[in-house]
Amino acid sequence: MQLEQIAIFLENKAGRLAEITQILAEHGINIRAMSLADTADFGILRLIVNDTDRACQVLRDAGFTVGRTEVVVVAVPDRPGGLASVLNTLTEAELNVEYMYAFSQKSGDTGLLIFRIEDLDRARSVLQAAGHRLLSGEEVSAL
Amino acid sequence: MIWNEEYETMPRADLRALQLERLQETVERVYARVPYYRQKMEEAGVTPADIKGLDDLRRLPFTTKEDLRQNYPFGLFTVPLDRVVRVHASSGTTGKPTVVGYTKRDIRTWAELMSRTLAAAGVRRGDVVQNAYGYGLFTGGLGAHYGAENLGATVVPISGGQTKRQIQIMRDFGSTVLLSTPSYALNIADVMADLGVDPQKDLKLRVGVFGAEPWSENMREEIERRLGIKAIDIYGLSEVIGPGVAAECLEAQNGLHIFEDHFIPEIVDPTTLEPVADGEAGELVFTTITKEAFPVIRYRTKDICRLITEPCVCGRSFVRMPKITGRTDDMLIIRGVNVFPSQVEHVLMGIKGVEPHYQIVVDRQGTMDTMEVQVEVSEAVFSDEIKHLERLAQQIQRDIKDLLGVSCTVRLVEPKSIQRSEGKAKRVIDKRQL
Repeated sequence: MQLEQIAIFLENKAGRLAEITQILAEHGINIRAMSLADTADFGILRLIVNDTDRACQVLRDAGFTVGRTEVVVVAVPDRPGGLASVLNTLTEAELNVEYMYAFSQKSGDTGLLIFRIEDLDRARSVLQAAGHRLLSGEEVSAL
Repeated sequence: MIWNEEYETMPRADLRALQLERLQETVERVYARVPYYRQKMEEAGVTPADIKGLDDLRRLPFTTKEDLRQNYPFGLFTVPLDRVVRVHASSGTTGKPTVVGYTKRDIRTWAELMSRTLAAAGVRRGDVVQNAYGYGLFTGGLGAHYGAENLGATVVPISGGQTKRQIQIMRDFGSTVLLSTPSYALNIADVMADLGVDPQKDLKLRVGVFGAEPWSENMREEIERRLGIKAIDIYGLSEVIGPGVAAECLEAQNGLHIFEDHFIPEIVDPTTLEPVADGEAGELVFTTITKEAFPVIRYRTKDICRLITEPCVCGRSFVRMPKITGRTDDMLIIRGVNVFPSQVEHVLMGIKGVEPHYQIVVDRQGTMDTMEVQVEVSEAVFSDEIKHLERLAQQIQRDIKDLLGVSCTVRLVEPKSIQRSEGKAKRVIDKRQL
């Protein structure tokens, strides 16, 4: 059930995002999902990739500050209310979402929600108990 | 106007005799009372008896800020603490301030010197002196205050800041003299323009006495034009006495007269520490010859300048120093506050995980100095959450403000984005056009 996201520190400078994606492309690493959080001065790029270890390595080699964070990925039916039902479950359990982002699968019938939650273990059991499907790292890599 | 004709216009030969007598007395005193000075003189193989002429001054060891730091806080005082009636302090290179002390007589000397300074700028009894130098541990506020009172002027001890209120008081009280840092004078001019205050019509301001930071002839011209006043330059440093070490005269506005009956200036090559040829530039060194509580022997100011020995039209016989042209160290003066890059480093090292890869960018927005501290984000402090990084930036900002007394902005930058140089890291980018 372990699933890690990588986060990369970015200054707000032209071309930095392109540089990162280029490095990953050159090493054959596929981006499964991404989100970019930013302030006036800097940004944090968060990525789910098919090979986390290698992505960290090549980005570090290129001089970036890289962090790894465990996240939880939930698969929901890609239709109205899919996200709402997951969030309701978390709210009822009083679990606070630090941030989240979402992406759709190629086949188009499932949406994947990535959550960063302080108490991951409890979040996992609460979500599973409510019947939500959680994806493992292997499943995400195999997408 | 010359405040003290007898001393300020003393013939050079008499002045030299007076200096020697006072120097000998000072050297004897520090040798007898301060173990640190005695030890340094013994190591240099010199005793008070060797000081037979003014040229023998160069046989004495130098004193540096590091010596002051090692004797923090009161180790170099030559009198017991119960004779010290005042202490002041300025920021030091490693977080510890430089502490200076004054006896009752020192306070009187200082007031006399600041009276001379203000009189040289044309300030007289009947003037309303708005003192916008900061009051507190900084020597500027109280130093100028006592001098203006001693002169008999009406002092408005408003201290720095609250610019709108400064302008209101200036107008309501009919202030004729402004004492502040030159950058703050320009800041006041900006706010006046915003408020629609016309200095020529609405104010009685006549002269400004500006110091505590380096400024240029261009700045002088701008201050004079925008405030409709004469702008006079003064020089001082707390280690020597505070403001009142040297001052320009209104007549010439050309070089600052050093009050040589109290301080002996020397210019030395900062590398060899040998005296430079007459008129050449080098590091300015001062020996105090009348101070009681905290005399300094050959104190290295790190300021670069030269001495002008030609007589001045004002009649003062003292040598003059032109504006300071630079520093031998990396000290910055930001809004009148001394800032050493090492202090910023000290703050960064105190925060877990922060590496000392930083750069300080100093600029001037309008008339205010700005300081941005760029810090590289290492993996140890990196977080995937914005709020954690923002908190880090705020913490650095707060700690710098607490230690240095100056506010700055903090910018987090990518690792290795700050240029690494081969030798000494380039810590400071100063974009100010003085």
